[in-house]
Formats: sequence, structure tokens, C-alpha cells
Amino acid sequence: MRTLFKTSYDADINLFRDGRHAMWYGLLLAIAIVLPFVLGDFELGEVAHVLIWAIAGMGLMILVGQTGQPSLGHASFLAVGCYANVILQNDYGVPFILSLPIAGLIAGLAGVAIALPTSRLHGIYLGIATLAVSVLTGDLIVIAEPVTKGVFGLYAPQITIFGITIDRYGNPDRFYWLILAVTVIVVLLYKNLLRSPLGRSFAAVRDSEVSARAMGVNIPRTKAVSFGLSAGITGIAGALMGHYTGIFNNETFNLIMSIQLLLMIVIGGLGSIHGAFFGAIVVALLPQAIVFVRDTVSAVAGTSSVAIPGMETAIFGIILVVFILFEPMGIYGRWVKIRTWFELFPFARRDMFRRQRSYLKTERMR
Amino acid sequence: MTALLEVDNVTLRFGGVVAVNKVSFSVEEGEVFALVGPNGAGKSTLFNLISRFYTPVEGDIRFEGRSILDRPSHEIARLGIARTFQNIELFDHATVLQNLLVGRHRHRRSRLWNELLFTPFVRQEERRHREAVEKVIDFLDLQAYRDKYIAGLPYGVRKVVEMGRALAIEPRLLLLDEPASGLSVEETQDVAFWVEDIKTQMGITVIMVEHDMHLVSAVSDRVLALADGKTVALGTPHEVQTHPKVIEAYIGAADPAERAVA
Ligand SMILES: Nc1ncnc2c1ncn2[C@@H]1O[C@H](COP(=O)(O)OP(=O)(O)O)[C@@H](O)[C@H]1O
Ligand SMILES: [Mg+2]
Repeated sequence: MRTLFKTSYDADINLFRDGRHAMWYGLLLAIAIVLPFVLGDFELGEVAHVLIWAIAGMGLMILVGQTGQPSLGHASFLAVGCYANVILQNDYGVPFILSLPIAGLIAGLAGVAIALPTSRLHGIYLGIATLAVSVLTGDLIVIAEPVTKGVFGLYAPQITIFGITIDRYGNPDRFYWLILAVTVIVVLLYKNLLRSPLGRSFAAVRDSEVSARAMGVNIPRTKAVSFGLSAGITGIAGALMGHYTGIFNNETFNLIMSIQLLLMIVIGGLGSIHGAFFGAIVVALLPQAIVFVRDTVSAVAGTSSVAIPGMETAIFGIILVVFILFEPMGIYGRWVKIRTWFELFPFARRDMFRRQRSYLKTERMR
Repeated sequence: MTALLEVDNVTLRFGGVVAVNKVSFSVEEGEVFALVGPNGAGKSTLFNLISRFYTPVEGDIRFEGRSILDRPSHEIARLGIARTFQNIELFDHATVLQNLLVGRHRHRRSRLWNELLFTPFVRQEERRHREAVEKVIDFLDLQAYRDKYIAGLPYGVRKVVEMGRALAIEPRLLLLDEPASGLSVEETQDVAFWVEDIKTQMGITVIMVEHDMHLVSAVSDRVLALADGKTVALGTPHEVQTHPKVIEAYIGAADPAERAVA
């Protein structure tokens, strides 16, 4: 068991609690950087995929986990970021180094535009409003056919940054490092948010709107800022996703994807950056795992491999229900419990976490 | 000299219920002003009116001589009015320290972009906020709880944290809604000392809703008794307690426990 003595306010303000804490994350980053020398191209691509989902997850986490506002429409912001990034490069000749942040900005503004009329809605009503956005996205892409190429779809161009080409298949290591760099930047922005007044006002809106108001927090504006930041980060993930998949059309960013995003952060653990990463691992790798299990089963049974339609969605649904019932704090919550148990060993008590509950609730305004 | 807060002929109805009925009073800078009365008298509703959660159908509310009725509720803290809630409204999934820091929102000078980049200015601001909050933690003896999550804290501690969060605002006027309800005798004693110090050392004017008449007599300069939304009596604690109409209002009250304290 470790005891921390607060020597100055900086210990609280700093990114890392202490040297040891910083060392662990430094080590993790070092491993992430050398990964291309260890893994094959396929595995590296999968890790890049996980990181892209984690970025999207952090985007949604800001809104749901930090501010307590549900969204069933976040795939729409993936779409906005993805299309904006490719259209800026293909049609306007904007280099990737600029088109990526601009795509994030456009997605962020789209988020603010949706937040302003919906900020008076709560809980299930906000959920339904964002659901409608998600349903409309595909149609809007078809309607905007002259720029989006509708059902035909768009191809993501090869990325060039200062003369260096980055291609998912041509140079998967560079592509992976690019994704890793963006991931690290988003994590840092997120951490900064958490230790700033804005992050605290998000938590205030999440936990009690009445007292947030009494503390001087402008609720509609705070929700709009949260929506904007959330959509912007999700948009950046969308832009990277476009380069990852190479081609996308009106059906790519569908309702199922919005729901997967939400599942991801609930499974991972609401309200923490770790949760976004744990959830991303599950969501990005689950389809591979299902294929693997299916092939193994059919090989053992000696039958030809059969695809059951909707199986992936069904398995996601089951996992979600299991988590809500048995582990509402998500994978991260379980991890914290295990870690605390070891730190306190042998003094851990069974009921230590009983008073903590998950907070996917918003009906508090009175 | 004008009063710090003037409530001028204020009325508020909920459907058929007249929760506050033509109530007028003014609170002078530096005093502790108590609101007493049976449950449902309209005390918390008055706080909600001053916080601008509700808008009166009639009358005016002035702070430092200016009407606050044209201001939305989130601007009230910036004017220097802080409050607590009868049924504790804390940020449950945040620590005590973070809760108190939200109280500093009024003093926020950093903006979105420099916060996301956590510039040296933001760090300097954070130090300033933490220094202020640390003073409140010392004042209320909350050191043992500073990094604990609210969700796991006992009721009495939460009440104190809520008072601390209001103090972190550095208000000129503090509204305390039943600060001692549900507290033990010792804890109530602490509240009495704190209210004294808030008044004398910090120079903050206090309006307090409270049922505990010992506490009211001990700390307040003037008392307003309400019943059914109407003013019953206004004066020193002794004057109000011995006022025949006050005794009558309490005997008429549904809750026998309240009759006992009056
Ligand atoms: N939000 C509300 N909606 C409807 N009626 C309310 C509301 N808030 C208070 N009331 C009513 O107004 C009256 C005064 O309530 P309140 O101010 O809470 O009393 P007190 O704090 O003095 O016990 C009560 O009759 C109560 O039922
Ligand atoms: Mg009340």
C-alpha cells in the first residue's frame, strides 16, 4: 500500500501523480512506439484499428461519461469528419495535415449545431433526438450526392505529410505511428480537460444540474461545448477511419455503429480514458474473435463455415446486458477493484465499492 | 445605506398553492438573518426565488439596490450569492476537492483553448483556485475527506461539504437551507461556530432556514417567521419566539415535532 503526501498543489495539478505513475505510462508509450518492429502487418493494422476506435470512444466519453448526456448518433460525427477530410483533400487540394484538424472542427461545429436546439432535452428525449440524427445521416449523404458520391462512395487518397507518403497498405508502420500520434494528442487534450475548470463544469452538469446552475455554470452553453468537443474528436476518428478502410459510402456510418460506440464506452467503463481504450479493444477485435470461433467450431464439427446474419450485433447486445447487470462500472471499474485489492492486501473489504453506482442517468432537473 | 438584499412584496404560485404570498423583508450587510416556519411555509421557495430558479408573479428582488429579476440563475453566483440545498445537491461522482473547485467557477478566467492546452496561465489559475479551496478545507476541517468521492461520505460530512462549496464561491451573501437538519448535537454546535465565523471573520451576510430554535437564537440577529407563504412575525429571535401568532402557527402545524421546537 502506498501513501501519498501532498507537498504542493502541483502534485494534484500535474498529469502524473508521481514519478512512478509517469514511468508506467512512459513505458506503455515506448512499447506502443516500437510495436511495428515486433508485429506483422495484419496485427499492426488491428492495433491501429483499436486506436481509431479509442479516439472515437474518447470523443463520445466526453459527452456521455464526463457530461452525462446520452448520444445515439455519434456515427454521424464519424461520417462528418470522414467525408470532410476526404473532400477537402480530393476536391480542394488541402493537405492532410490541415484537412484532419479542419475535419475535426467541422464535425465539432456540427455537434454544437445539434446541441443548441436539443440542450433542453434530457435523458431518453435527448437519446431519441440523437437517434434521429443517426438515422438521417445516410439519407443526407445520398441527397448530397454531387459532393459525397452517394451510394457509390468515396475513396480516401494517399496521405502525404511534408513529402512523406503514408499508406495503410504501402507503409503500415507509418500509418500506425500517425494514428498513435493523434491518439496521444487526444489523450493529452482529454487529461487537460479533466484538470481544468471546464472539465469540472462538465461533471457538475452530469451530477446535478440545479447545483451546477447555482455555482454559476451556464447549462445550455456547457452542454453545447461538450457536444462540440465530443463531436470534434469523434470527427477526427472518422477521418482516420476513412483512411483506414479506404472506401466508404452512405451505409458505412450507420445506426449500428452509433450503438457500437455507446456500447464500447459502457463496456469499457464510463467516465475514464482507460474505459475508452478497454472498450475499443473489445469492439475492434470482437468481429475477428467471432470469425475465429466460428471457423474453429466448423473445423472441429467438420461442416463448412456458415455466416449467421446479425450474430455480431446479437453478441454485442448480450455483452452489454451482462455488463449493465454485473459490472456497471465497466472493464475499467473491474480493473480498479482488482488493483485496489492488491494495494490494500490483506485489508480489502468486500463491501468497499458498494456505494458506487454507474451514472447513466439524467432525470434530475427539478 | 441600502440593504444588501431586498425582497419586495414577492408572490409565487404553484397551480393553486400560493407558496409565497406578498412577502417583504430586507437583509442588511453583515447580519445573520433566519427564516423559520413549519414545513411548507415557503422558506425553500424563497431561496429558489433569490437563486432565480423561479420567477415571482409579483414583486421584485433587489441585490445591492439592483433588481436581479432580469438575470438568469447561472449569473447569480457571479453577483456574489451562494447557496446550499435542503436535500444536499452535490456532485456525487467527484471528490470533495473537485466539488469545492466547482464553487470557483465564478472566478474562472481561463478559456476553452488555453485549458485544453493547459498553458502556464491555466496552471497559475489552478494554483490560485486550490489555494482558496484549501482555506475552506482548513476552515471546515475537511482535510480527511479532500480526495474522497461524495458518493461514499456520511450525511453529516456531505452537509459540511455543501457549505464549503458555497464558501468557495467567496460570496457576499450566503443562503443556507437547513444547515443543521439531520446533524448530531455536536455537529450542530460546529455549524453554530462556523456561521459565527462566516459572519464575523469573513464578513459574509447569511440567510439561514433552520428549524432548530437553539441554533437560530444563538447565531441570528433577526428572524422572519413564515406560515403558509405569509409573513407572521419579524424581529429579534426572542421577539419572534414569544410572538403569539408564531406560537399559534406552530400549534396549527401538522408536524408535532415542530411544535416542540417552537
Ligand atoms: N416545484 C414545486 N412544485 C409545486 N409545488 C411546490 C414546489 N416547490 C414547493 N412547492 C409547494 O410550495 C409550498 C412551500 O414549499 P417550500 O418552500 O419547500 O416549504 P419549506 O421550505 O418552508 O418547508 C409547499 O406547499 C410546497 O408543496
Ligand atoms: Mg424547505
